[in-house]
Parts: sequence; C-alpha cells; structure tokens
Amino acid sequence: MNRIKCECGHVNPEGTVLCEACGKPIEGNQHIDGNDGKNILNMRYDGTARRSLTYRKSFVDKVWGFFSSVKVGVWLIVIALAASALGTIYPQRPHIPANAISRDPAIFYEQTYGVTGKIYYQLGFYDLYGSWWYMILIALIGVSLVICSLDRFVPLYRALKKQKPKRHVTFVSRQRFVSETENVTGEEIQKVKESLHKQRYKISEEDGHILAEKGRFSRWGPYVNHIGLIIILIAALLRQTPWFFLDEYVWVREGEQIVIPGTDGEYYIENKKFILELYDESDEKFRDALQKQGELVPKNFQTNAVIYKKNDDGVIGAESSLDKVIEDQIRMNHPLKFDGYTLYQAGYQLDEFSTMSFKIHKKDDSDAKELASFTVDLTNPEKEYDLENGYRVKMGEFYPEYYLDNGEPRSKSKYVRNPAFVFYIYAPDTSQPEVSFIGIGRNIAADDNEYKLGIINYTTHDVSGLTVRKDYTLPLFGLGALIFMIGVIQGMYWQHRRVWIHPQNGKVIVAAHTNKNWYGLRKDIEKAISQTTIHEVIDRQELDQRNETKGGKS
Amino acid sequence: MNLLQLSSAMLYTAFILYLIATAFFGASIKVNKKENKKSLSGTIAITLTLIGFAAQLGYFIARWIYSGHAPVSNMFEFVTAFGMAIVLAFIILYYMYELSVLGLFALPIAMIIIAYASMFPTEVAPLVPSLKSHWLYIHVTTVALGIGILSISFVAGLIYLIKGIDQSVATKRTTWLEIILFLLVVFVGFCIVTVTFETLDYHAEFEYVENENTIVTDYHMPPLVSPKGGTLLTENVMKPFISAPGWMHGKDAGKKFNTLVWSLIAGAILYLLARVVLRKRIGAAIQPLLSKVKLDLLDEISYRAVAIGFPVFTLGGLIFAAIWAQIAWTAFGVGIQKKYGHLLHGFSTLHFYIYAFHAAGMVKNLHGYP
Repeated sequence: MNRIKCECGHVNPEGTVLCEACGKPIEGNQHIDGNDGKNILNMRYDGTARRSLTYRKSFVDKVWGFFSSVKVGVWLIVIALAASALGTIYPQRPHIPANAISRDPAIFYEQTYGVTGKIYYQLGFYDLYGSWWYMILIALIGVSLVICSLDRFVPLYRALKKQKPKRHVTFVSRQRFVSETENVTGEEIQKVKESLHKQRYKISEEDGHILAEKGRFSRWGPYVNHIGLIIILIAALLRQTPWFFLDEYVWVREGEQIVIPGTDGEYYIENKKFILELYDESDEKFRDALQKQGELVPKNFQTNAVIYKKNDDGVIGAESSLDKVIEDQIRMNHPLKFDGYTLYQAGYQLDEFSTMSFKIHKKDDSDAKELASFTVDLTNPEKEYDLENGYRVKMGEFYPEYYLDNGEPRSKSKYVRNPAFVFYIYAPDTSQPEVSFIGIGRNIAADDNEYKLGIINYTTHDVSGLTVRKDYTLPLFGLGALIFMIGVIQGMYWQHRRVWIHPQNGKVIVAAHTNKNWYGLRKDIEKAISQTTIHEVIDRQELDQRNETKGGKS
Repeated sequence: MNLLQLSSAMLYTAFILYLIATAFFGASIKVNKKENKKSLSGTIAITLTLIGFAAQLGYFIARWIYSGHAPVSNMFEFVTAFGMAIVLAFIILYYMYELSVLGLFALPIAMIIIAYASMFPTEVAPLVPSLKSHWLYIHVTTVALGIGILSISFVAGLIYLIKGIDQSVATKRTTWLEIILFLLVVFVGFCIVTVTFETLDYHAEFEYVENENTIVTDYHMPPLVSPKGGTLLTENVMKPFISAPGWMHGKDAGKKFNTLVWSLIAGAILYLLARVVLRKRIGAAIQPLLSKVKLDLLDEISYRAVAIGFPVFTLGGLIFAAIWAQIAWTAFGVGIQKKYGHLLHGFSTLHFYIYAFHAAGMVKNLHGYP
C-alpha cells in the first residue's frame, strides 16, 4: 500500500483526497472527489480514501465497487419494489380463497383470471415472496447496504476521529462559508469561542487555531439506519423458512374437535360456538349511516375455542390423552395465543347443514305416512342405512353444494351448503332398488316408483375459519424497526456543524462547514461574531452560482 | 342540540375562522414593511388560527364522545383529521420561524382539504370488527399528523417555486408551476360542483352489467360520462356524451370518472376566470406578494418539515400499521385496505419511498447529505 505522508506529519492511506488531520488537498488525488478547477472542496466524506474509489483492478475490487454504488442500491430496491407490486396483482398461493374453484395454482389462476392469470402462474408470480430469485434480490439489497455503509463509514469515522483543530490554510479558505478579517484582537476571538461554547459547540484548540464542532453523532444516523434495515431484511428472509414462520388455515365446525395444522399433531382445537353479531339498525347513533349503507353491518365475529395438547406420557403405543391448554374467545383484533402459536379469526360460514332426516312413504299416499326414517350425518355420511320394517337405503351420490352444470348435477365445493342426494331405496319385498333424487326444494322420483322420500328435519352449524400462525421473526422485526427509527431521527434532526478559526499572517480566517441546513449554521455564526469586528461569512456556493449564470448569459 | 350537531357546528366554525385568519395573514405580509417586527394583523391572524384549531379539536372530541370511537374511521373523518394536522403543523412551524406567508398558503390548503372531506358521507358509522382496535386510533392519527407536517413542506416548497421561478418569460418551469396551481383549483372546483348539485338534489340512475351482476348506480351530478354499457333509467335528465372506457373497472368507475370530468371542467373555468381577471399567470400574480420572503428560509422550513414529518410518518404508517396488522390480520393490511381503499395505501407507500429517497440524500444539491 502506498501511504501518503502529509506535510503536517500525518500518514494517510492511499487514495486520500484531503489529509485526515490537517485537510490539505493531496496532490494527484483531487480528481477523485471532483475538486479540480473548483473553488469549494467536496466535503461529502471529508475527502477520505474510499476503498471503492481507490482500488479498482482485481475482481474483488470490482465487486466491491459495484455494490458500493448508491445508484446500484437504488436500482435493486426499485426492482424489488416493482416485483413486490407484481405479487399483489392476484392473491399469492397461500391466500387462494378456501372456496375457490381449485386451490391448485395450476388451475386456480387460469380459471379465475383468464389469460393474464395463466401468465401470472407460468412466470411464477403466484409464489413470489418465497421464490429463489426474489430472495436473491433481497439478499443483494442487503449486500449493497452493508458494502455501501462500510465503504463510507470506516474512512469517515477515521477522518473525523483524527481531525486536528489546526488545519491547512488551503483547506479553510476553500470551504463554502469563509470570511477574512484583519486586526482581530484576542479578546474578540475569546468572545466568539465563548458564544460558540454557549451554543453547545465543542471547542478544541491548537496553536491558536480553533475548531468548534457539534452534532458529529448525527453523521452516524444513516449507518445506524442501515443496520436496522439489514436486520429487517434478515427477518424477512427468515420468515420464508418453516422454522421461523408458519401460516396455515383451518375450518372448524361448531362442536368439532380437530388437530391444528402445522403443529405436528400436537395441538387440537375445539370450536364451542361461533358468534356473529350485527349492528342494530334502529340504534339511534348509527341509524343514518346504517340506512345509507343499506346492508347489515357486522359488529363482532367470534369463536369460543378450547385448545388441547396431546399427552403421550412417553409410552409408545399407549392411548394418548388430551390436556386442556386454554379456553378463550377469538375475535378480530383479539387473537388467541398459546405456546408460540397464534390463532386469528379469519373467516366464517353460517348455517352449514350438519344432519338431515328423511322418511320413506308411498308415492300415492296423499298423507305421506312415514314407513321408515333415517338420518344422514352430512359431515360423515354412510354408504348404506338399514331401516326399521326391513327397508334399506343406499346412498348413490352426494352433492354437498349442488348445482346444475349444463344439465349435469355437480357440487361447487365440499362444504355442505346446498346438499342433494341420489338414494337407492330397497323395499322389504323387492330386490330391485328404486332411484330417488332429493335436495332442498327438489324431489324427483322415477315415474314407476312405488316409494318416495321426504325431508323431515335438518340441523345446521356454523363454521369458523381460523388462521394459524407461528412467527419467531417478530422480535427481530421490532428490533430492526427500532434501530431504523433511531437512525432516521439521529440523522435528520441533528446536523454536523464545524467552525474553524484560523489565524494567518495577521488575518483571521473563519470557515465553516455543515452536512446540511446551512441556514442554521449561518445563524450560529452570526450570533457568535455579533459582538466583534469579524466579518460575516460569505456563501461561496451562492457566489459561484451567480457568477456561473452571469457568465452563461453574457 | 346533541353532541353530533355541536360537533358539526364546531367544524364549521373552525372553517370560517381559518378563512378569516387567511385574510389577516394576507394583510400582514402587505402591511408589515419592516422586517422582524410583528404586525397587528399577523397577531390577529395567528390568534384566529389558534381559536379555529381549538374549535376543530372540539369537533374531534365531541364526535368521539358521541360515537364512542375516535373519529378516524372513515374517509370524512380521516381527511378532516388530516386538515387539522396541517393546521397544527403550521402553528408549530409558525412559532419556530414567524413566517406569516406560510399561513397565507397553508390555511387555504387545509380549508380545501376539510371541504374535500365533507364531500364524503359524514354520518357517524359504526365500526366493523376489523377496525375495533386502539391501534386504529394510534395508526391513523399518527399518519394524519405525519402527512400534515409533510404538507407544510409542500407549502413551503410551493412558495419557494412561486417566488424563485423567473416569471418574466414563459418557460417550462412557469408552465409546470401553473399546472400545480391549476390542480389546487380543481379541488376547489370539485367542492363547488358537489355542493351545487347536492343542494339541487340532483339524481340520475344508470343500470349496467359488470361481472354478470346488474348494478344500479345513482349519479349526483349530471352525467357527462355514462358507465360502460349503462342505460339511463331516470327520465328528463341530461343524456351522457360519452361512455367510460372499458379498462376502468371497480365500483362506480363511471360515476367517479364523471365526477373527475366535472371537477376538471369547473377547475378550468375558475382558472380561466382568474387568468382573465389577473391578465397574467397566477404564479406571476402571487409573486410580488412574496418580495420579502427569503428563499433559504423557505428551503430550511421545507427541510425541517420533512425532518420532523418523515419519522412521524414512518412510525405511524409503517411501524404502527405493522404492529396492528400483526394483532388483527393474517395478511398485512388486507382488512383495512377494503375500508380505506387500496389507492390510499398504495399512494402512501409510494410517498414513503419518495420521502425515504429524499431523506437519503437524493436531492443533495438542495439540502446537503445525511
């Protein structure tokens, strides 16, 4: 490495633009920060040697250089955003509605959305956030953040740590804010110092040269903020792994007790009751709004649930028992939490049929006198029913949600919302069955049938749709968000301001620099020099711009 | 008078007070020739603003007590809260910088927003289960406050542009500035058209078919644009000139497009009237009022507003929203988006990124670097 020794005695790393200690521009390196032919020095990273701008030969250098570019980082983010936006056009695979035509992505997208849906599926956007290329994109953003930050933070930290109050005259006189005053007394300088100190500047001195500095820590804001972002990105990646994140959906009927998916058969849920409450339309407070809306407005969706844990007692082959873990109400905005799992009220189905009772009667009997009866458990129908008086019924077809598709009877789903059946009735004295079709509001018996079916009773239940979640990435997201916020505030509310007082050949040069809010810096200086003969600082950037525009016009 | 009527009266009072305060702010920048000296009209103006804000706070509290939930649950309530946040942010920044001209622009913009809010249904609606959470209050009020503060940045930026752009010749810059001002006028046009036809109790019903469902939609403005494939049901009303383009989907797309066309027409008429009366570009007409304002001070206010507003917006719009989503829903934000509309959340996400890049120093030439 070719280290550069400045005339002040400080040894700088290769590629340094302004000496870390005294700020003297290092010959031959001025093009790096674009200082050639400019009056004002580029102070963005205090003229430090950034690796990405210094070494550009080897493969590693090139990779480092690529990722340290803000432009590359911004483009990666833009691409990731565009991709994420694409992912929201249609529901992602886990969010395909449970009542969809098919939950198979190959069928669902094309059937539901047509050609665009098919393309969506073929390009793999249906599982975007878990796809390898999306993960790589997120990882690349992370790499870019780390390299961008390191490339700038490390040299900047060094330079601000090593800076000396006594600067080289070129450094001070090429700042944006500069003034030169002759015949300044020591008393006046003392006054300026005191005023700056009062404005909470830290004062350091060397041979009569003064550096007043405040808010340096705000320079670390962006890097703190990036640490927060990286933590959030890591959390987002971990969330795609089954160990840290689980997302399942389960339908539970009232009275049913089933295993909770995603828990390896360890936990069971029992749905005691589903409750749907509506707002009362005569409620004086909300009457106007409810009438305007013209539909029923729900007030509460609630599942009264009991959670059980399987207890194996460690004995292989032994009958396992269920221990009650918790009993609670699951409402929207009020999920149920147990042992790292969370259950959310996510959907419901009202009045599904649970059982249906039928009777057999003579077709020509106008009183429809019951000859035999049977009850079908619709959640678990049997193939055959042996009835009293020697009657027998076989179930031919069962359509849970019946509809006619071009004259063909079909079922829309497996949920029992509109059941219809084809039954074969075996009378005691015949061996040939009679065919009967029956459903809600339909009852068709073949013309030559002797017997007919009738519905005598049915019972219904509600079904709760619950989302099961396990998410260990939350604390990580929280930590990342907290650090992110600290960084944003640290970098935005405060500014890094520096004022140099530089005696030179009987004159005093006052120079100042800030990373932003020059207006505030000028106010500080005005206040500090108000009781002295020291001239106000001139904004050379404004001057330069004015000269440029004048020059351009003439 | 019940609490709801009291609440409405308070909001109305606030609106009128803001209007009068604006006039006094206008007077204060004309009268006050000497710098750094408070004028009487300036004092009156800020006092009226404070009373107006107190009245609007009264609206908020009264409505909260009446309905039993914080009034941030529908578009009317949210946009009104947004208008209130603009006024609050203005008051804070006014005391930081004592710049009267900020009030001359910020208050009318807050008024336009409040007027725009009352074009939405104003009835007190009950909360659906998905919104029943304290996080609704926390999320929405923080977001409203955040964008209220950011709006002051917009106001300061607008004043910067009006003052800074050379109006002696017509350039691309003057044209774009006029377009921004025209868009503000369109909002005024929208409010005027809506109120006018609301007062006339205008109705025209259309029937159209979408996704195999027959839908009847009720226009409250004369139909210039019909829904795609819609037939007019009401008699003795204007016949529409055109039909909404086929790619416009969604609920009441034709009706919304019709409202947009009306607003643009009304805005254009207002704008042209102003041009005829002023006999110059609106930007050029306002510019002389700003002769005493310093550009770098405006720049500073604009930056400061972003510096305060962005973290607040991030906190409310991202972090609080995520926490709430974690408690309430399985898919982040799906439920509330149905209530507030995807567009609102889409745009605020977009704005978050714009401000994030902004804060990250993309505009380093204006504000320096982090």
